[in-house]
Amino acid sequence: MSGGVEDGAAIVLENASASYGGRPVLSGIDLTVRAGERVALMGRSGAGKSTLIGLIHGQAPERVALVPQAAALVGPLSVFHNVYMGRLDRRSTLHNLRTLVRPARDDVAAVEEILDRVGLADTLWARAGELSGGQQQRVSVARALYNGRPVLVGDEPVSALDRQQGARILTELAASHETLILALHDVALALAQTDRIVVLEAGRIVLDAPSAGLDPARLRPFYEAA
Amino acid sequence: MRAAFLPRRGYAAVSRWFLAAALAGLLVADLQVTTLHPFADLARLLGGLIRPDFLAVEGWSVVATVASAMLGVGLGAGTGLLLAIPFARSRTVRLACAGIRAVHELFWALLLMQVFGLSATTGVLAIALPYAGICAKVYAELIEEADLAAIRTLPAGTGAVSAFLYARLPEVAGRMRDYTLYRLECGLRSSLVLGFIGLPTLGFAFESAFRQGRYAEAGALLLIFYVLIGSRRLWVRARTVPVLLVGAALALPPSIGSAAIGPSLARFLGHDIVPAPLRGAALAEPETWARLWAWLRPILTEQVLPGTAQTLVLAQIALAATALGALALFPLTARRFAGPVGRPLGRVLLVVVRSTPEYMLAYLGLQLLGPSMLPAILALALHNAGIVAYLMGRHADAIPYRADAPRGLDLYAYETVPRLYGQFLAYLLYRWELILRESTIFGILGVTTLGFYVDAAISELRLDVAALLIAATALVTVAVDAFSRGLRRSLRIDALPTRLSGPQPITGAEAADG
Repeated sequence: MSGGVEDGAAIVLENASASYGGRPVLSGIDLTVRAGERVALMGRSGAGKSTLIGLIHGQAPERVALVPQAAALVGPLSVFHNVYMGRLDRRSTLHNLRTLVRPARDDVAAVEEILDRVGLADTLWARAGELSGGQQQRVSVARALYNGRPVLVGDEPVSALDRQQGARILTELAASHETLILALHDVALALAQTDRIVVLEAGRIVLDAPSAGLDPARLRPFYEAA
Repeated sequence: MRAAFLPRRGYAAVSRWFLAAALAGLLVADLQVTTLHPFADLARLLGGLIRPDFLAVEGWSVVATVASAMLGVGLGAGTGLLLAIPFARSRTVRLACAGIRAVHELFWALLLMQVFGLSATTGVLAIALPYAGICAKVYAELIEEADLAAIRTLPAGTGAVSAFLYARLPEVAGRMRDYTLYRLECGLRSSLVLGFIGLPTLGFAFESAFRQGRYAEAGALLLIFYVLIGSRRLWVRARTVPVLLVGAALALPPSIGSAAIGPSLARFLGHDIVPAPLRGAALAEPETWARLWAWLRPILTEQVLPGTAQTLVLAQIALAATALGALALFPLTARRFAGPVGRPLGRVLLVVVRSTPEYMLAYLGLQLLGPSMLPAILALALHNAGIVAYLMGRHADAIPYRADAPRGLDLYAYETVPRLYGQFLAYLLYRWELILRESTIFGILGVTTLGFYVDAAISELRLDVAALLIAATALVTVAVDAFSRGLRRSLRIDALPTRLSGPQPITGAEAADG
C-alpha cells in the first residue's frame, strides 16, 4: 500500500492493494477521505470491506478510533473497564493499573456519560461477557467514542442493532468525531446517515458517489446474487 | 469497593482466599536460612554445570534411569489402558485407581523396598503402580472426550473389547500417544528421584557426587538428564519402543533373592503392616480394640495431625507462589510481550525449569539454605510456575486481540490476564493436588510434612505406622483433589484444559468467557 496525508485530507490511499495468503483481496484502491466527510463502505460480504478498514486504520492509527467487526470486548472485565480501554494509551501505566483496582471518580463519571449516550448507563459495572450481542456492540462503540480520536473507523458498528437504534448510534458517532468511515450493509441507513457511498466489488472500488444523488435502486445491483 | 479487577465475583473471591490462606501460612511456616554461605555452594554447582566432567559419570546410572522409567511407564500405561475400559462403569476400579495414584512413587518405593529390597523390581513397580492409576483415569477421560458417532453404528452385540479397538481406540490413539510420551518424561523424573532413596539411578549418582563435593560430575549428571528429557521425541518412537522395552528388561538385573519374595510378601502384608496391637490378637476381645486405640491416638495427635497441617501449609504457600510466579513468567513465552527473539529463549528457560524434578530442586535448596520450608516452597513454585507459565504463554498467543489493542503492561493487565484468568485458575487448582502430593514427600528431606514421619517410621522399622501415615497422605490428597474439582465446577472452569500434554485449545478468549 502507499499513501500520504494532504492538507484537509483525513485518509489518503493511492493504488493500495492487499492480499491474504497469496490471494489478492484488494487491488488498485484510490481513496481520499477529507476531514469532515462521512463515508459508507458497502458491498457484498467478501468484497474486501474489512481488509480496507484494516488498511485505513493502519495508515493513521494515531488519529483513528476503531470499532472492530467483532466487538472484541474483554469478557471477564466490567463494561466500565472495557470502555476505559479506549484511552489506555493516553494515561500512565500506573494510572491504568490503579484503575483496574480502584477507578478514579472522574474516569467513572466520564465513562458513565459516554455509556449514557449509547443507552447503557445502567450496565456500568456489569461483566462485559454477560451482555447481549447488541449491548456488547454498543459497548464497543462507546469505547471508540471515549477514545475520541478525530477519524472514526467502524466495521459494521451497528449490525446487531435495529435500524432505529442504529441510526441513533450513528448520530452519536457523527456528533463527536470529525470524520466517519463506516462499513455498513443497511442501504437505507447508509443513505440517511452518510454523505458519500463507496461500493467495493471483488476487491475494487466500483462506485464512489455522494449519497444525495443515490437511491436504494441504484445500489441494488451490488447486492443481488451474482 | 467493587471487585473491579475480576468482575466475576467467584474468580476474585477464590483468588483472595487462596492468597490470604498462603499469607496466614507464612506466619506459621519455618522460613529460616541456617547455612552461612548459601551462594558459595550455588556458585560451585553452577561452576560444575559450566565445566561438567562427563568422563566421571558412571554410564550404568544413565542406563538404570532410562530402563526403570521405560519399564515402569510401560507397565503402568499398559495396565492403565486395560483399566480405562471399565473405568467409567466400575466404581471399584475408579476408587482403586484413585487410591494407588494418591500415593507418591517414593512412598511406594519405601514400601516395596521392604519386600523386594533395593532392587530393580522396586524401582519399576514404584513407578508402575501410581502411573497405572493416573493413566487409567486420563485414558478414560480421553476416551470419553472422543467422538461417539462411530460406536453407535456398530452392529448390536459387538463385544466391549472389539467395540473399543475398532470404534474408540483409533479416535483417541494420537492423544494417548502424546499423553504417554509426557508420562515417560514424568517417569524419567521419578526414576531419577528414586535414586535419592538408594536405587542406582542418576539421582543416587548425583547425590553422592554433590555430597562429596564432586561438582563437575554433578553438573555433568544434570546436563545428561536434561538432554535425555529434551531429546525424548527423537529416541522414543513407534519403532524404537519395543526395542527399548526389551532392552530395558535385559539391562536391569533380576531381583536378588527372588525365591524369598513369596514369604517376604506374605510377612509384609500379614504381619508388618498390620497395626501392632492387632497382630495375632483375638479380634472379638474388646481389650484388643482398646489397645488399638491406645496405639492409634498418639500417632494421630503427634504425627498425622501436625504432619497434615505442615503439608497443607507448605502446599498452600507453594501454590500462591506458583500463581505469582506464573503470572510474572508467562509473558516470557508470549509473542506480544517477549517478541520473536525473546520468546524462544523464554521457552527454553521454562522447559529447563519444568524438566528439573521438584524433589531435586528441593534437595539442592536444602543443601544451600539449610533445613526449613523455604527451599521446599522455592522448589515447588519454580517447577510448577514453569509449567503453568509455559501453558499460559501458549494460550496468550492464541488470543485474537483487536487491531487497536494496547501494548506492554496495559495489554497485559487489561486484555491478556483478564481473558486468561479462568484458564489460569483451572491450571492452578489442578496443580494444587500435585503440589500437595509432592509436599508430603519433601518430609523425607527433613521438612516436617507427613513424609517426615513416614521416613522416621520406616527407619524405626515400624511399618504399620508407616502404612497408616501413607494412607493418611493418600486421604489428604484425595480430599484436596475432590475440593479442587468442586471449586472448578462452581467457578464453571471445569471444562477447560488442565493437562500439559496434547493439543491446546484454539482461542483463549473463548476459554476465558466460557
